[in-house]
Amino acid sequence: MSEKRPILYCRCAYAKVLPEEVKDQVLARLIDSDQPFESVSDLCEMSARKDPGLVPLSQQPGLRIVACYPRAVKWLFSAAGAPLDSNEMKTGQIEILNMRIESADAVCSKLGITSSDLNSTQASDPSDTQASGAKP
Amino acid sequence: MIATNRERPRVLLYEGAHSKPIDPSLRRRLVPTLLDRGYTVTRITENAKLGNLGHTELVVLGAFEQQPDFDSDTSVLKIHTRDIQSDTFESLLEYIEGIAAGVSEARPHWKPWFPVIDYDRCTNCMQCLSFCLFDVYGVNQDKQITVQNQTNCKTDCPACSRVCPEVAILFPKYKAGPINGDEINQDDLRREAMKVDISSLLGGDIYSMLKDRSMKAKSRFSKERDDDRALKERKRCLDKLQNDIDGLDIPAEVLSSLPSLDQIQAKAQQAKQRAEQALAEQALAEQSPKPAT
Ligand code: SF4
Ligand code: SF4
Repeated sequence: MSEKRPILYCRCAYAKVLPEEVKDQVLARLIDSDQPFESVSDLCEMSARKDPGLVPLSQQPGLRIVACYPRAVKWLFSAAGAPLDSNEMKTGQIEILNMRIESADAVCSKLGITSSDLNSTQASDPSDTQASGAKP
Repeated sequence: MIATNRERPRVLLYEGAHSKPIDPSLRRRLVPTLLDRGYTVTRITENAKLGNLGHTELVVLGAFEQQPDFDSDTSVLKIHTRDIQSDTFESLLEYIEGIAAGVSEARPHWKPWFPVIDYDRCTNCMQCLSFCLFDVYGVNQDKQITVQNQTNCKTDCPACSRVCPEVAILFPKYKAGPINGDEINQDDLRREAMKVDISSLLGGDIYSMLKDRSMKAKSRFSKERDDDRALKERKRCLDKLQNDIDGLDIPAEVLSSLPSLDQIQAKAQQAKQRAEQALAEQALAEQSPKPAT
């Protein structure tokens, strides 16, 4: 199912270029969903030091990257020696979702996170941070 | 300072077979906190494979009914498995930070500012190499322009992207498009073309102008007793300077750290020579017959 395509979320931790509410909401909804995901602190920083971890990340078929402008993300991966496949980008098999200009709703809907995907085991009291497994 | 993520352990939220889902309120608090502190966080919900991202330590968190069982090619990792059923957010964070403290090596602070080239647009004209006084650009073995010394780049200075006639230089953390990677429209192209008279840049004229303005700003600054007034005056000079050079958006730090005019001219000359040499080599390579494939 397309909803199980790999997701890579960028937190953009080094600068405030993403609207806080968008990056927070997208992450919260991703966490509340039942989707597996990969999340990194800052793709720019990984690119700047040519992090070899970007290579396996870039090679995942059907990857969806939640970050900023697609042109920036494409060339950040390329600069790190981990180019994203241009054909897959053209055909939409690799997709880059832009939290700089899109709303959290728009990003989440493209990720296939609908309310029905939200993990049914959410705690009723969000301030309760006891780390037990959720009750059935 | 945020530690960079490969010096941090990778954190895996394991919610696969033989485990219960982790408390959502804990996940919601833990994940952003870890990301903001430089960790890479992975969540596995079912038979997902865990790729190796090069981390040396992996912290696996879960509400386990049995030992977690995931397909991984992470044999080089040291794995720390923690059943979190009696943990709190604070105790977990302390646990993870404790492991990180054992593996982190000090890294110099990283500034989120460096140029990235859009090779779909770049024509390899070498104008950025000619322009940059700080040796940020270089030429690789294929005679292609490349960002060689990104740490030399002056924070918040996007001047080289203004110089590029193809709008091919990005600064992903810049405030505005198209420099931040936003799509380029015809207006952007027209504006960029008007801004740059590259022949005057190659002659170093822009640097002398910058230096001259910077010296004036500095001398006014030094005569001022009142810091606020001095700052205001400096800002006024800089604003005027920015207008004069069509909004190159060069920050005050760059202006005040410019070397002497002689040094600038020598640098500009060197950069120009490097660019000319690269262009000549490029032309030669294009002329020489290609080996049969
Ligand atoms: S890739 Fe985009 S979202 Fe991620 S760190 Fe860089 S500027 Fe921020
Ligand atoms: S100025 Fe622009 S087009 Fe010319 S080499 Fe540099 S990046 Fe490429």
